Amino acid sequence: MSLKTHQLLKNKKKTILELWMKNQLADESLREDLISNDELRSQSEELIDALVSNLSLENFTNLESDEWSPVIEILGGISITRARQGFSPRETGNFVFSLKEAILDVLQQEVTNDPAKLFSESMKVNRIMDSLSVVTFETFIKGREEVILRQTDEITEISTPVIRVWEGILALPIIGTLDSARTQIVMENLLQEIVETGSSIAILDISGVPAVDSLVAQHLIKTVSATRLMGAECIISGIRPEIAQTVVHLGIDLSNIITKATLASALAYSFKVMRLEVKKISTLTKL
Amino acid sequence: MDKIPILRMGAFLLVTIQVDLYDRLALNLEADLVKMVNKTNAKGVLIDISAVSIVDSFMGRIIGNIASMSKILDAETVVVGMQPAVAITLIELGLPLKGVHTALDMEKGMNMLKSMIDSNEEDTDEDQTDYDLIAE
Repeated sequence: MSLKTHQLLKNKKKTILELWMKNQLADESLREDLISNDELRSQSEELIDALVSNLSLENFTNLESDEWSPVIEILGGISITRARQGFSPRETGNFVFSLKEAILDVLQQEVTNDPAKLFSESMKVNRIMDSLSVVTFETFIKGREEVILRQTDEITEISTPVIRVWEGILALPIIGTLDSARTQIVMENLLQEIVETGSSIAILDISGVPAVDSLVAQHLIKTVSATRLMGAECIISGIRPEIAQTVVHLGIDLSNIITKATLASALAYSFKVMRLEVKKISTLTKL
Repeated sequence: MDKIPILRMGAFLLVTIQVDLYDRLALNLEADLVKMVNKTNAKGVLIDISAVSIVDSFMGRIIGNIASMSKILDAETVVVGMQPAVAITLIELGLPLKGVHTALDMEKGMNMLKSMIDSNEEDTDEDQTDYDLIAE
């Protein structure tokens, strides 16, 4: 009977595809905005082709066998693309579940006279399709995780820019919470930039840091000390009143670090150290 | 046995470390340098570590020691050209090298030493004038 089932699926490929497409199109959660009907059809066709052509008596109940790997690969490809396109898990799951429904429908139409056989074959189909759904979910989640990982990388990348404000003065606005991993990146970027530009003053602006606890303060002190070791001076600016309060309440000693309230005063201080002067030119002078 | 050359340039001593320091070499350098400061009556020591890529807590301590010893012998120490990775390592090891002056490169280090010595001399000059005034 099992022989008949996989033969049957092969023979009825067209019917199953049509039924499956009908199911998918009838589904309320169909996302026409994300995927066109033609594309959906070609995806479905590809999957069903791979499914029936690799189906045989031996592997019918064993998803571990190598013959299934093309199917799993195609399914994985589809779910990863869907994860990137922004499909919800439910929508991606329905893609496979509706195939199961289509196959079971066909099975029911063909095996009419023997309920016991119908039941046992349905169970087999069920098992196989459930395994495929699990694969779909696994790859879908993996795809989503990749997206999240990439975004995290991008955020760390953009959130630590080193700006050259003046010849010999670097500024580094920190936005967001400082943790160990981020401090490491901030420190490395800053020191590398100091070497490259030969700057002697670095301004660390923490106006975008929401809270300073003892750990964050420790990280800041480390960065300042490392800059000092390189032979540059490090100024911490953008200290908000609340932060000044917490720092003192926590008993953190920032007395040997130059701190300024605003980036402007840090810049003014830097100019003074470098013996530069900003002058207002007379309005009579032609530009 | 390797030896790190100590060059004299006016009132300063120049040390360029071109190899990765191992413990014995560092200890010898410390001894040689202190002797040299004493002999030449140097006012400043400039240590270039731009070629040093590996550093451990012992090395950090030796640099700190050299600075303190030179200070006792009335010479300022400036360490120049530290690599970012080395700086991070020293901080992570908890060795912020207090008491050691640092500069980005040889040129800046030299200027730093010069200005330090100038200000020291000005101080002594002032002392002199004060003394003269009192004498008058």
